[in-house]
Amino acid sequence: MEKKLLIGNEAVARGLYEAGLRVASSYPGTPSTEITECVAKYDEIYSEWAPNEKVAMEVAIGAAIAGARSFCAMKHVGLNVAADPLFTASYTGINAGMVIAVADDPGMHSSQNEQDSRHYAKASKIMMLEPSDSNECLQYAKLAFELSEKFDTPVILRLTTRVAHSRSLAAISERVDNGLLEYKKDPMKYVMMPGMAIKKHIVVEQRILDQVAWAETAVINTEEINSTDIGVITSGITYQYAKEALGKNASYLKLGCVYPLPVEKIKAFAAKCKKVYVLEELDPFVEEHCKQNGIEVIGKEAFTLQGEYSQSLIKQVILGETDAFTKTDLDIPARPPVLCAGCPHRGLYYALKKLNVTVSGDIGCYTLGALPPLGMVDTCVCMGASVSALHGRNKADAENAKKSVAVIGDSTFMHSGVTGLINIAYNQSNSTVIILDNSITGMTGHQENPTTGKTIKGDPTTAVSLELLARAVGIDRVRVIDPYNLKECEDVLREEIAVDAPSVVISRRPCALLKYVKHNPPMHVNPDKCVGCKMCMKIGCPAISMKNKKSVIDFTQCVGCNVCSQLCKFDAIEEGK
Amino acid sequence: METKSIMIVGVGGQGTLLASRLLGAALLSENYDVKVSEVHGMSQRGGSVVTYVKYGEEVFSPIVREGQADFILAFEQLEAARWLPFLKKGGTMIANSQKIDPMPVVIGNAQYPDGVLDAIRATGADLVEADALTLAVEAGSPKAVNVVLIGVMAARMDLPYEVWEKAIRETVPEKFLEMNLKAFKLGFESAK
Repeated sequence: MEKKLLIGNEAVARGLYEAGLRVASSYPGTPSTEITECVAKYDEIYSEWAPNEKVAMEVAIGAAIAGARSFCAMKHVGLNVAADPLFTASYTGINAGMVIAVADDPGMHSSQNEQDSRHYAKASKIMMLEPSDSNECLQYAKLAFELSEKFDTPVILRLTTRVAHSRSLAAISERVDNGLLEYKKDPMKYVMMPGMAIKKHIVVEQRILDQVAWAETAVINTEEINSTDIGVITSGITYQYAKEALGKNASYLKLGCVYPLPVEKIKAFAAKCKKVYVLEELDPFVEEHCKQNGIEVIGKEAFTLQGEYSQSLIKQVILGETDAFTKTDLDIPARPPVLCAGCPHRGLYYALKKLNVTVSGDIGCYTLGALPPLGMVDTCVCMGASVSALHGRNKADAENAKKSVAVIGDSTFMHSGVTGLINIAYNQSNSTVIILDNSITGMTGHQENPTTGKTIKGDPTTAVSLELLARAVGIDRVRVIDPYNLKECEDVLREEIAVDAPSVVISRRPCALLKYVKHNPPMHVNPDKCVGCKMCMKIGCPAISMKNKKSVIDFTQCVGCNVCSQLCKFDAIEEGK
Repeated sequence: METKSIMIVGVGGQGTLLASRLLGAALLSENYDVKVSEVHGMSQRGGSVVTYVKYGEEVFSPIVREGQADFILAFEQLEAARWLPFLKKGGTMIANSQKIDPMPVVIGNAQYPDGVLDAIRATGADLVEADALTLAVEAGSPKAVNVVLIGVMAARMDLPYEVWEKAIRETVPEKFLEMNLKAFKLGFESAK
């Protein structure tokens, strides 16, 4: 059998392909994005970027009911958005199999919170599998479809960052496509009105009992007996950490299915071991199940609710061993992420800083505008919250409405900003919403969206006009500015913030990292003219630094955007040739 | 054999991901079990980035923690110092002499320390210094720093030269192939 070195997300995509997936719909979100990007490479599968996770999940539900094996992927917070269809799809069940991938981010490498999606499995009463490496990603994706059809339910595949983004070997096989299953009209199954849903809830509860019985003997819930001095109950990436830390010094119960959990199997394993640990990142999900069932285990009291586990943490807590290391006595400055050289968001934030306004922020690259030296984002909660929270702020404190704006990216606006804008128009708040239209979904690594005019496969399609959309919902004042033009930004924003009406300003300039964007030659500083005033440092461009009290521009980073030269009062920053 | 651990550290945008993929491809063709851990998303935007490459008979954890790396390949001096605690006793630090000011330094809230490489050497760590940017420019592009550095490390590893060449062919786009092969060679020869 052929084996390939795949990242977990790629392996999930391969497994879905082999299982005969026919329809996939997702919204990007680190660390889940590459699953759908890889699915899109298979021509046998219809794939798309949806405007948000709720839409994506509903597309998958519709496709599954129509008889196609279907799929949607999202990051942990995306599942909050899709929670509404999730809970009721649990009741309707499916026709052809449906798999939902959700990627949690312990340690918050690229997220705004550290929520544990396993609670969703339990709350929605939907089965959840958790792979620990790329081969399991591939095999569990296939198994998830089988279980989905066996138990008439969507099945969730839970990943964490280290599984989703680690490469390991996965065994590849051929695709088996069973075609489109027949759809039969069945209102008792698919129309969830109270009369039907009451009956379906009974079915759901029985389904969990059936799944528990399955979990008691399932091969993905495996025991590995070595020394019985230490017993470890674990799942996902933590299994890999435990194996490296403890090797043959411990016995393992590895749970490939984290919801529903077996009872007898865990009791039997625990009975064999002198001391039993539950090793799981984030919340004590398995631990609480054990304790509820009277199984004595050590869990969070010895470990942590925050961040990632590792082989070192496990070795230290269980064996009391640490690895020796050395360090310098230097004071090492932090290196936080920054807006890239040439990023169009930079000029816009600089203009906002000059206007000294409160900025209701959102999720995307532009959240980095919160960091010094721009330091211009006041709040960041979730996708779309910039717009609706600005409205709330302005209703609470109308006097200061002329000192506040919202910033939101093009993709985030389509995701859930437009509903907030409708609220601003409908309930008339004096709010200014700035759409940072960089023609792409940036932070997740350049995905197309409904405003870009291209599909996930790069084919041309209709593009939402942000101007017309804003007007259509009832915003009469809509302006477009170029964020590379600082004066224009400042003048237009000043006007729109001052006016007594809701307004939308579209700050439009494609992301500097897009391949089709032509860069100008790098700018350079004329040292004879530079007086070292540091004005050009105020925009926080990573290409600019001070050497010998003069500003210098790093030619490897500069894309010639010309924003810095607009700040220089001495004409010291010259265009490159 | 015991599992070996390599870390590739640098600044988002320097091409550490490609370096880790190239390394993974080379090790795989030598029939090792390989795991490569990457981080995508926010830290790629000019932040401190790290990828882990582990290989051996059977690799479990894809990540490396303090005191566990056999090699650290640092694309930037400050990052070399930042991640030095992850070096195993007796491990080797390969550090590019390039310096990139982090934002707190750019805006004057912090100082880029002097004598970073000397400070690393003073800890007794085995330090290999490389001027990868100069060699990359010589090869044809400042972007080839990553492949130059892989060349420097390859000179200290046991894999045959052809294995590296094959991995480069598998990993980089056709139109940059010659430039990257040259970059690798310059790095490799500089460390001999």
